[in-house]
Amino acid sequence: MSSPFRADPPSLPAGRGRGWVRLRKKRRSPFPSPSPRRGEGRERGFGVCDLSPAAEPPHPDPLPLGERGKGAGPSGTAVRRYGPIVALLLIPLLLAACHRETRDYKSDALKASDRGAAFEGNAFHIAQGQRLFGWMNCAGCHSHGGGGMGPPLMDDEWRYGGSMGEIAATILDGRPNGMPSFRSRITEDQAWQLAAFVRALSAQPRQDVLPSRGDEPRNTEPMTLDERKPIRPATPKQDDSSEE
Amino acid sequence: MLKRLGVWTIFALLLALAVAAAALLWATRPAQPEFRAAILETLAPLPRPEARAAPAASAARAEDGQWTMPLGDHAATRFSALAQINPANVARLRPVFTFDTGIAKGHEAAPLVIGTTMYVVTPFPNIVYALDLTRPDHPLKWAFRPKPLQTAQGVACCDVVNRGAAFADGRIFFNTLDGQTLALDAATGREIWRTKLGNIAIGETITMAPLVAEGRVLVGSSGGEFGVRGWLAALDAGSGALAWKAFSTGPDKDVLIGPGFRPFYASDRGRDLGVTTWQPEGWKIGGGNAWGWISYDPQSHLVFYGTGNPGPWNPDQRPGDNKWTAGVFARDVRTGEARWFYQSSPHDLFDHDDVNESVLLDLPAPGGPRPVLVRPGRTGFMYVMDRLTGQVLSADPYAFVNSMRRVDLKTGRPEFAPEKEPVQGRVTRNICPAAPGGKDWNPSAFSPRTGLLYVPHLNLCMDEGHSEANYIAGTPYLGADARMHAGPGGNRGVLTAWDPVARRAVWRIREDLPLWSGALATGGDLVFYGTMDGLFKAVDARSGRLLWQFRLNSGTIGQPISYRGPDGRQYIAILAGVGGWSGAIVSGALDKGDPTSALGFVNAVRDLPARTDSGGRLYVFALPR
Repeated sequence: MSSPFRADPPSLPAGRGRGWVRLRKKRRSPFPSPSPRRGEGRERGFGVCDLSPAAEPPHPDPLPLGERGKGAGPSGTAVRRYGPIVALLLIPLLLAACHRETRDYKSDALKASDRGAAFEGNAFHIAQGQRLFGWMNCAGCHSHGGGGMGPPLMDDEWRYGGSMGEIAATILDGRPNGMPSFRSRITEDQAWQLAAFVRALSAQPRQDVLPSRGDEPRNTEPMTLDERKPIRPATPKQDDSSEE
Repeated sequence: MLKRLGVWTIFALLLALAVAAAALLWATRPAQPEFRAAILETLAPLPRPEARAAPAASAARAEDGQWTMPLGDHAATRFSALAQINPANVARLRPVFTFDTGIAKGHEAAPLVIGTTMYVVTPFPNIVYALDLTRPDHPLKWAFRPKPLQTAQGVACCDVVNRGAAFADGRIFFNTLDGQTLALDAATGREIWRTKLGNIAIGETITMAPLVAEGRVLVGSSGGEFGVRGWLAALDAGSGALAWKAFSTGPDKDVLIGPGFRPFYASDRGRDLGVTTWQPEGWKIGGGNAWGWISYDPQSHLVFYGTGNPGPWNPDQRPGDNKWTAGVFARDVRTGEARWFYQSSPHDLFDHDDVNESVLLDLPAPGGPRPVLVRPGRTGFMYVMDRLTGQVLSADPYAFVNSMRRVDLKTGRPEFAPEKEPVQGRVTRNICPAAPGGKDWNPSAFSPRTGLLYVPHLNLCMDEGHSEANYIAGTPYLGADARMHAGPGGNRGVLTAWDPVARRAVWRIREDLPLWSGALATGGDLVFYGTMDGLFKAVDARSGRLLWQFRLNSGTIGQPISYRGPDGRQYIAILAGVGGWSGAIVSGALDKGDPTSALGFVNAVRDLPARTDSGGRLYVFALPR
């Protein structure tokens, strides 16, 4: 069974080098650096908008390493004369990009989002979530819902809440006791698909949208035989996206 | 009329057939584990005194009433010569004090006793407690909290266990789950140094107990389920500085293979086998973690330790022998240089790490005692090997095995049963032993008084399916879907008394639940071990007869020890607290609705939550005054 998420022959340790090279790699590869991001917080885009000292400015159109510097051209005088003016003109452009680059990574937005409803009752999204559950190695820790290194997902206990929004937030941002962040590895839609599948493990969605078989050889009964288990959210106030 | 009779006859026949079929189905219904009581089987006579194995003379320790390392001594015998408690009086053994650790995870560690102080290291968050044994109420002398990273809990393959500390030169050495090694002042609990060795971002944790030899603290990695490239590191006991680090995969210079490397078998000779026996670049995420036991022979300056499973579990993704995983290394402790290597499971198929204890013994032989190491392997075979050359002298199954037929002593290679070899995209049924093997980490005990090795082990089989695994750093790298069940007989654990000279079991106790606790042998001819539902037992070392048992608050997966208290009396101590891979269903509150939970172990212990609960507690037993 081949999957589009199959990692390239891994080259560890993760590429070091000039900052922009690393950043570019990060964007291209689905599985970049081995540093899971944890906890909640606000993370901004790269570049001048980023106030954290660790980040390096982006290169607008990165050239391969060898060609870097060649493009600037040998004629130094023109650059010296017009350079500052061009730079000044570019500043508003860069600042304008800040609006686009700034993203709110706080889980509250996800939790409050009502996008989950569209994914939860949808057989296609649940099936896609099931495939992602295998590809992203979720099954390594959570098995087919019974847990192992990670907690079970098919029971009625939810450490960080069992609503669609809370589950999607857990997947994207990680949790402090070991759940890694998958934000750099999957899209937000894929996180919603995963959340829909996770809720299917305790048979929350309608029975007729549950997958009747897995994608891989497995030792478990079909999910359609699962017993529905109540959701007891960790957070007292539950958003309504999960209610049916 | 004839026609009518025919119809009725056919009808009656069909009815009889249906009844017979129903009866047959009922009789052959899948056996549910209903095995409750332990059953003793006597199989062979005790070895005669002249035909007894003896602990390695070069690694022997004088009995001083202390317990300074989890395996008791450098020869890994787990034997205490103290003999006050014996078969005649053990029935009067009573708990004299208990100490709660307040942690509900699996307690696999052995307590240590040095002088008049007992040291206990807990599972994550790896707190070290020192208890004063001179006072009748055994108060706390000090407690040390290393504060490991919370995130480490998410990359611990099989519960957040710790297998114990080690003592040398007034210092306590121990590891934390997030990959650090620490040295504490044993008197005050003050931190002397700490060295970070593991990177939890790629799943590199440490759960093993360090071993101190010749001023070096030896530490190995965990993370075989995360594609972590395994290593054994030696730290300077004085400063914590790295003296050497030997990887289990990769080019020879990383594995510390040099001109002094002389493996016995031809398949282990060659240049950079740690690279060439893998798919391209596979060795970089190839496993081989040294998370198990180390023993040490002072005479030859050799340390012996095993390497874990290759990554991922799915063997189709890693063609080749996958050296140097799933085998045993002998290294010079001074330089780390490899002396020999033997691979018990080349191109490992079933997660059969080779990290179990190497018990250093001297076997009687015509030309004088032969120095050997005895290894009850995960493969279910008992390996007796020459500890100077790495030659396998014998390999006999001590557990039920159908995945491997024999070990070819000429080539050293195992002969796997082709029908049990897994294929990607298929579920292979009834593989015995299962992934935890004939025996997992829990150490055996050897008594020189009987010449027997007491092996606490498993009787588990599994169904396993394989699919392609993706490598994502810091997440499991498996590609396997296992489901375990009891092996033939319906019992899941066994304590076998093994005669390494005659190469046979002398007696065997079939235990209902998997045996995940270590064993202890004493000079009073007793063997102590505990069960996962919390029964701590003493049996006669000669006959295996049950002499005493005590119900603990929780199932035990700990390692019993014996020591002499400041009052001169003999004590027995053990940590209760169920968990580990086998007990994750309780300590992790896993759901038995999914038989593949905890890498498939949950299916084999579905009854455990009803029989015990989690909770770490130290128990100390003694005879009444």
